Amino acid sequence: MGSPRRMSKEHLIEMARLCRIDILRMTHAAGAGHPGGSLSAIDTMVALYGTVLRFDESDPQWEDRDRFVMSKGHASPAMYALLHQLGVLNESDIMSFRKLGSPCQGHVDMGWTDGVDFSAGSLGMGMSFGLGCAIAARMDESNRNVWVMIGDGETQEGQVWEAAMAASFHKASNLKVLVDRNRIQNDDFVEVQMEIGDIAGKFESFGWEVREIDGHEMDEVVEAIEWANGGQSGPIAIIAHTTKGKGVSFMEDNPAFHGKAPDDSELAAALEELS
Amino acid sequence: MSAPSSGGASRDGYGRGLLRAADDQRVVVLEADLGKSTKSCNFRAEYPDRTISLGIAEQNMMLVAAGMAASGKIPFASTFAIFSERGFEQVRNGIARPGLAVHICGSHGGIHTGTDGSSAQSIEDLAIFRSIPKMTVIHPCDDVSAEELTVQLMGLEGPSYMRTARNKTRRIYEVGDESIEIGKGRVLLEGSDVAIIACGVMVEQALDAADALSEEGIMATVVDMHTIKPLDTELIDKLSDSCGCFVSAEDHSVIGGLGSSLAEWLSSNRPTPLEMVGVQDRFGESGGSDELLQALEISAIEISSAAHRAISRKNSP
Repeated sequence: MGSPRRMSKEHLIEMARLCRIDILRMTHAAGAGHPGGSLSAIDTMVALYGTVLRFDESDPQWEDRDRFVMSKGHASPAMYALLHQLGVLNESDIMSFRKLGSPCQGHVDMGWTDGVDFSAGSLGMGMSFGLGCAIAARMDESNRNVWVMIGDGETQEGQVWEAAMAASFHKASNLKVLVDRNRIQNDDFVEVQMEIGDIAGKFESFGWEVREIDGHEMDEVVEAIEWANGGQSGPIAIIAHTTKGKGVSFMEDNPAFHGKAPDDSELAAALEELS
Repeated sequence: MSAPSSGGASRDGYGRGLLRAADDQRVVVLEADLGKSTKSCNFRAEYPDRTISLGIAEQNMMLVAAGMAASGKIPFASTFAIFSERGFEQVRNGIARPGLAVHICGSHGGIHTGTDGSSAQSIEDLAIFRSIPKMTVIHPCDDVSAEELTVQLMGLEGPSYMRTARNKTRRIYEVGDESIEIGKGRVLLEGSDVAIIACGVMVEQALDAADALSEEGIMATVVDMHTIKPLDTELIDKLSDSCGCFVSAEDHSVIGGLGSSLAEWLSSNRPTPLEMVGVQDRFGESGGSDELLQALEISAIEISSAAHRAISRKNSP
């Protein structure tokens, strides 16, 4: 039950491709959503679920699963695509994304979707929640790990650094944070809106162990995740340098696709590129 | 009148309640530096391994509590009432929306914060937490009821906010009173001319007002409405019939608190005269407790005047 999957590199790359297709199809069907940050985050998420994460798709609420806290909750299509590819959600679930009564709410919500561990939508909260999960796991003498995905724009929220300080103070070695460093936020490039500088250095100064990787190079991603999954003495941050809209040429590095769904012709062109 | 030296403050009751709740190993206490003031320090002294210090960072504390609740713990997170307001959106989005049973305690609620002044005087907390779906909102009047209600929070399936007070007040309840119950107002005095519905430190003021009214031949019912949400509407309906008019009394803004919740219920269900005693739409200032009660016009004297107004409205509709 819930054993790590240890998928091959080829398998992970193929799964990420299928997830990208789902991301585009569901945002197109909804006429809304956030494809850009979903496409940037999906490779690290697939690598995590496909290798070390203890998660049982036949029992997604299994109590001793590792937790995955999707703090950048607007990238919900990435989460739903992954759960679809794992067989937790079905085709009609993901195609009802953002519609009334759908298990696929606009932002990931633990109250609506089995397999979702956090109710997100307001940035800056997931690391704190993950820290709570991590402290509770330690109290229970459980070896479950807690993985949190945050965006780079999200680090503008002060609560992220409240959590960073507290995680270090409490030596939360079972807390692992993935930073999706795609360099674009809602309105524009991060450096234009509020330059956040050296994120790795900031985490290090709070007492975290940090690695920086290319978040789309699967070997590198898997290697970093396996490193972080080991027995460190404190919290870990992996800064994944990514490209917003990765995999679809006209969405890549394009702030317009932070929160805009592809229209009919854009979907057709995108699917062509991913075929 | 000055705060009596006997009895206790409701925050002392919270501290004792945590120790009683501690038998359940799932109980954890989260602090944001103010444990000595909120009285969670009692729990820390006995159970340091189940006490989490989060520093002066209330927003983080709210979500750490949420994560612990989602992992099977029963977290009690406390700070000053005013600083719990700082985490409002965290409580709304991170705790209440997923329905996590996190119990937030805001101590030093209302205007009685020593002489700290308006920055520390939380007169909006009941309003803002009452506005969040799924939240239970409680404000006990003494240490005995605060202790009992703290233990009872363990039975809730959703989140709660409990406001406690800094000042010692008269004991309204006998130690060991087992009839205190979340969601049920308590009739402390029965009379048929007017029903005074109070919470927190204003229960004491309401009883004093009722004494003064009785000397004029006016018999008041006094209710400790320690649970502001869900409101005990059954009791309100009964009192609407038996007394025919109401006065609300709270150490809180008249906007959104106990008086507002009564007004919401009565106006839609049983139109009945209601006079609200509370802080008008203004901030407080530094001063002693008795001085502030008078300066902000929420003492027993104002409750008596409000009772007169309510009765005259009842008699000349």
